[in-house]
Amino acid sequence: MAEHPLPGGATAAPSGAPAPDGGRRSSLADMGKEAGLAAFVALMLALPMGGFKTTEAVTGLSLTFRPLFVLVAVAFVFVGRIVLIVLRERRGAPRGDGGPGLMDRIARGASQGSTTIGIVILAIAVLLPFMPFSSRYLIDTATTVLIYVMLGWGLNIVVGLAGLLDLGYVAFYAVGAYSYALLSTEFGFSFWICLPLAGVFAALAGVLLGFPVLRLRGDYLAIVTLGFGEIIRLILLNWYDVTNGPDGISRIPRPTFLGLEFTRRPAEDITAFHQYFDIPYSGEHRVIFLYFLILGLALLTNVFTQRIRKLPVGRGWEALREDEIACRSLGINPTNTKLTAFGLGALFGGFAGAFFATRQGFISPESFTFIESAIILAIVVLGGMGSQLGVVLAATLLIVLPELGRELAQFRMLVFGAAMVGIMVWRPRGLLAHREPTLLLYGRGRGAA
Amino acid sequence: MAYFTQQLINGLTLGSIYGLIAIGYTMVYGIIGMINFAHGEIYMLGAFIAIITFLLLGLAGVTFVPLVLLLVLILSMAFTAVYGWTLERMAYRPLRGAPRLAPLISAIGMSIFLQNYVQILQGARVKPIQPVLTGGMVLTQTEGFAVTLSYLQLIIIVLTVVLMVAFSLLIGKTKLGRAQRACEQDRAMAALVGVNVDKTIALTFVMGASLAAVAGVMVTLYWGVIDFFIGFLAGLKAFTAAVLGGIGSLPGAMLGGLLIGLIEAFWSSYFSVEYKDVASFSILVLVLIFMPYGLLGRPEIEKV
Repeated sequence: MAEHPLPGGATAAPSGAPAPDGGRRSSLADMGKEAGLAAFVALMLALPMGGFKTTEAVTGLSLTFRPLFVLVAVAFVFVGRIVLIVLRERRGAPRGDGGPGLMDRIARGASQGSTTIGIVILAIAVLLPFMPFSSRYLIDTATTVLIYVMLGWGLNIVVGLAGLLDLGYVAFYAVGAYSYALLSTEFGFSFWICLPLAGVFAALAGVLLGFPVLRLRGDYLAIVTLGFGEIIRLILLNWYDVTNGPDGISRIPRPTFLGLEFTRRPAEDITAFHQYFDIPYSGEHRVIFLYFLILGLALLTNVFTQRIRKLPVGRGWEALREDEIACRSLGINPTNTKLTAFGLGALFGGFAGAFFATRQGFISPESFTFIESAIILAIVVLGGMGSQLGVVLAATLLIVLPELGRELAQFRMLVFGAAMVGIMVWRPRGLLAHREPTLLLYGRGRGAA
Repeated sequence: MAYFTQQLINGLTLGSIYGLIAIGYTMVYGIIGMINFAHGEIYMLGAFIAIITFLLLGLAGVTFVPLVLLLVLILSMAFTAVYGWTLERMAYRPLRGAPRLAPLISAIGMSIFLQNYVQILQGARVKPIQPVLTGGMVLTQTEGFAVTLSYLQLIIIVLTVVLMVAFSLLIGKTKLGRAQRACEQDRAMAALVGVNVDKTIALTFVMGASLAAVAGVMVTLYWGVIDFFIGFLAGLKAFTAAVLGGIGSLPGAMLGGLLIGLIEAFWSSYFSVEYKDVASFSILVLVLIFMPYGLLGRPEIEKV
């Protein structure tokens, strides 16, 4: 990611405070003071929001006082702080001095053995539906994960490679989904005709948006893409004649396997999948087919990205991310280079959108909110920018985590948000961040040492 | 003309609220160069704290309206400021010096966290409140259409102006303001000459949060209903306002806020309510195309 200098060029200035002195033992009084301060902050935080619950009554709002909640919160923070202080002093040296940590080594290993790991993961992915423990629910979840993997890889072109912060990626996902839905329901085109068309429409939207705004830098671009995402969502919501507004589009045709439908009782002149292969009908056929479809699409994205990275335009993206001025002086046209990244990212977003539409059979603007963009971006950043494997890891984590937490019900998004903060604080460069040059003068063996 | 004036007043009121939130964005951006995505949630927390203090004061039997307003303002600002401080301490300070996107993701995570935190603690239903301050003055009366300026609108606009002046003085004249401007220009150098950078940044968050709390109080009074989700759209609009005015510039944030408020008011009264947000975002895109650094922003000069 390019570092955009702040006014005055203070990009990565060290923080003002010195590193905590791990060697010094603090007295009990110091400890009490620190923990007391933390407990006081907790009291201030918990008192208004947790201590009083507003309940809606006929006469208006009424308040109930919950002293227990405040008490528990304050006590928890007080004890937690003391435990933290003790742990900090036990460990002695401040963190980060003991060479690369476990996660760093994993990240490095993952980056060096990425081909092997990739093949292993691919093998697992291909075999997943045929495992004895696999169920419809598992494959459904895996399909969702793969959609996000594909979106993550698509956005990785824009954010990870070209270094353009796109906060409205979901707009292209939406364009793809609605293109497919409208083309197939209004004109009766089949999935295999609509899929490329949906991609093309999304890419067009990307280029149309990108053309005027790619001159903007960094965060200005971020807000414009964010605004664009909202504009698209609002248009989908309000253009009732075409998009059916908040009711969405339903009965979107399902894809066929080389013209074979996945229905129990197909129409007279059509052969269904199970009839053709002469096997008993099972609802799982379609689920498995959809799973392999998105697996194929995601792999296409991955292979495409890996290949284009080695072409001049791909190298241009990475160069542009590192230093725009240097690129310009070397004769790279920044606008065109960015535009290709933007358009290609949008193209894959559009493919994923078309797949999403055909899988759900129903789409509405509700599926394309900002939080969706945020999750996709989080997948790219949490995984480690530019790392294809990292995207897989982060997507699996972010989709499976809330799934596992279904019993937690209302707490799962709370945990989700906290996990995003926690992972970033723990590994600011992403889970599998390990930057290695794409080109090495003497090959990999010596360069990695 | 009367209708126009009325919309102008409504737009200015709305714009003042956006402007107050936008200042928080622009100050934080100026000093650490990050989009504080959770700022909208801070404003939402301010609104909730306001509604709770209103109810508490009602229970305590305080009914004198100016006193109620003053107390609610002070208490909300204080409690919300603690949230702002904690936010910076937990989610952003550990990421000082990390790659640019890291604090952004942690901010988005915080925003999701805070929304659900409030939803769990206070429930997902819309919270209504009885109007505290009613009445207003009729400015002109023509053919049955009265242009009114409610006392509340007057208070919102005046308070915003007062706060703007106070904050400009704070940043322009005090030691803290000088430290802030120094950190904005060069954090490493500021630290070298003895500015406590961490403290300055923390205070910036505290200031931004208390201004957002003022906006939260105003919204609670003005619309009378809040829920846990109001922070998202308001935050988005306020950030749009900050960018429109030129991010990092205090008067720019106010100007941007007013513009967004006016665009919204006029668009929804003369054209269609549904597309008012589309209008504000489109104008943002248009302004940025022709003035890439916003209306009052200074261009970044890139040195190699």
